Amino acid sequence: MVRVDGSGSSNSLISARGLSKTYSRGGEQIQVLQALNLDVDAGEFIAFMGPSGSGKTTLLNLLGGLDVPSAGSITVAGDEITHMSRSRLTQWRARHVGFVFQMYNLIPVLTAFQNVELPLLLTSLSKAQRRQHVETALGVVGLSDRIHHYPRQLSGGQEQRVTIARAIVSDPTFLLCDEPTGDLDRKSADEIMELILRLVKEYKKTVLMVTHDPVVAARADVTLHLEKGVLVEADRLQTVSSGGAR
Amino acid sequence: MAIPVVYNLRSVKERWTSAVVAVLGIAGTVGVFIAMLSLAFGFKATLVSSGSSDNAMVRRAGSTSEMDSSISLDQIKIMEDFPGVAHANGSPLVTPEVVVIAPFPLRSTGTDANVQVRGVSPRALEVRSKVKMIAGRFYQPGLAELVVGRNVDKTYAGLSMGDSVKFGGGTWQVVGVFDAGGSAFDSEVWCDAHVLNQIYHRPENIYQSLTVHLDSPSSLRQFKDAATADPRLTVDVSPEIEYYAKQSRTLTKLIVVLGGIVAVVMGIGAVFGALNTMYSAVAERSREIATLRALGFGAGSVVFSFMIEALLISLVGGLLGAVAVLPLNGLTTGAMNWQTFSHLAFAFRITPFLLGLGLLFALVMGILGGFFPALRAARRPVAPALRAM
Ligand SMILES: Nc1ncnc2c1ncn2[C@@H]1O[C@H](COP(=O)(O)OP(=O)(O)OP(=O)(O)O)[C@@H](O)[C@H]1O
Ligand SMILES: [Mg+2]
Repeated sequence: MVRVDGSGSSNSLISARGLSKTYSRGGEQIQVLQALNLDVDAGEFIAFMGPSGSGKTTLLNLLGGLDVPSAGSITVAGDEITHMSRSRLTQWRARHVGFVFQMYNLIPVLTAFQNVELPLLLTSLSKAQRRQHVETALGVVGLSDRIHHYPRQLSGGQEQRVTIARAIVSDPTFLLCDEPTGDLDRKSADEIMELILRLVKEYKKTVLMVTHDPVVAARADVTLHLEKGVLVEADRLQTVSSGGAR
Repeated sequence: MAIPVVYNLRSVKERWTSAVVAVLGIAGTVGVFIAMLSLAFGFKATLVSSGSSDNAMVRRAGSTSEMDSSISLDQIKIMEDFPGVAHANGSPLVTPEVVVIAPFPLRSTGTDANVQVRGVSPRALEVRSKVKMIAGRFYQPGLAELVVGRNVDKTYAGLSMGDSVKFGGGTWQVVGVFDAGGSAFDSEVWCDAHVLNQIYHRPENIYQSLTVHLDSPSSLRQFKDAATADPRLTVDVSPEIEYYAKQSRTLTKLIVVLGGIVAVVMGIGAVFGALNTMYSAVAERSREIATLRALGFGAGSVVFSFMIEALLISLVGGLLGAVAVLPLNGLTTGAMNWQTFSHLAFAFRITPFLLGLGLLFALVMGILGGFFPALRAARRPVAPALRAM
């Protein structure tokens, strides 16, 4: 069960302790995260909310090993990532993290197939195995008929589904989604949310998602609010009543 | 596995206008580079092909070329009997020669250029078996007649078959044209050495060089040893090939050095063009690079990928430059032979080796122009670049 008070058990999948991040801009220090604690168990689906500039993206970047904290530690599946060298961290990302960005971040000159294949190029899979994995992932997101399309030939919702296929194709330990529906209309957003829920329920994925949309956040097991640099559990009750023992 | 090359190929294609600067810069540089070297190669090849491996060239000891050499008839008579000298019809195959420089108007500009006029023996064609008459006939001994190399006919006005020309105080008749296989002789005018000495009021029995046809290339040793051992002689004996190769050295070096300077200066410009193209590619694709890094591609993969891209661009530039100058191959031009101060026609000679060298030069420019942008791409922090729109 998710915890924000630093009391998580040692078998939490993701565990952040005393996490701080300070940016310096023009000689001025901006404290974004201040001794934040977080424990997430495998298979949980967490939504992060908070005002713009509260540090949601900063938190995801730290958890995903894209940035390093000013203080504190992050442990994922028993590995402390906060002391890894840059190149080890890069390898760790490839193995453990699936990213879904608000702006999709697909490579425009590569087809859907080639975009989804990218993470597999870092594995030892053969060409035939890669092809099979890519086709499966694109099948899961419902884009089997768009395999050789370029991103600009796809709608926003379809692009985001390619991004999700890319995030799950290598079967990472957890998914980080930064406003995955932020750029989509209501209908596409709903479809993406259905897809993410399916990943959690059917495929037992662990998902950490940032969103501004309360409707979207309501689909998650728990919504955590980022306020003044720490996380606050908003609707603990809801989680308990819906049976958090997943 | 590395970032797929198709990513670079398509990215370059997508933004080809930006790559054009780099491609044209490198193409221009490689073109000039190959053209310069092919000029030097052509010049050298023309002179080197003038020599035959089974001919020996004899000059006064210490002379730098035929121009400042002299050999007396007595000395020539001694050398005719040396071992190694080839014979035909019972007499030695040698040609004692004198050379003068005479100005003739160029067809192209109308201005005068120096032509090397060579007085040869009637056996000159036998000594230099590469030289063949292609029109008219050889001169008649004792007459003021000229045979001209095939480039002479093309390059100068008034030196064609049947023309009668005045120089050196005499009037000469052009009676034949010879083909010397693309060598320096093609730019020469030949006549009877005796007649040349008479008309120029030179001493009857003094020549400037002796070219000896040997039994075989290996006979040079014997002949040279005999010449060195004889106290009556003070001469230098060298293989004819070596003599002409040496003549080509000054100008070849000059062209290579000047061409090298030009190529390096242009190359610096081209590298800056490539740097510019690559830096803007890195800047424009910073979010793509950050995405690849987020997916787990290492800094090394990114450097490698952008180096590949720079090399692709430079290869296209190199190929373009090479193709652009290819039509120069075989094109005849002229230059001053600095050893003899005479005008020499020769052709650009673009060899596969030169083309390879040009492409190598292009790749070096690509490496120089791609390395720092590639490094910047790999070093940029991932998180901020992902936020950038
Ligand atoms: N590289 C950086 N250098 C300086 N300040 C930064 C940097 N990255 C983020 N910040 C600042 O840190 C704060 C938190 O930014 P962050 O992007 O994490 O917020 P967010 O909650 O994701 O906001 P949004 O909802 O708008 O996406 C902001 O004030 C931002 O300006
Ligand atoms: Mg954000």
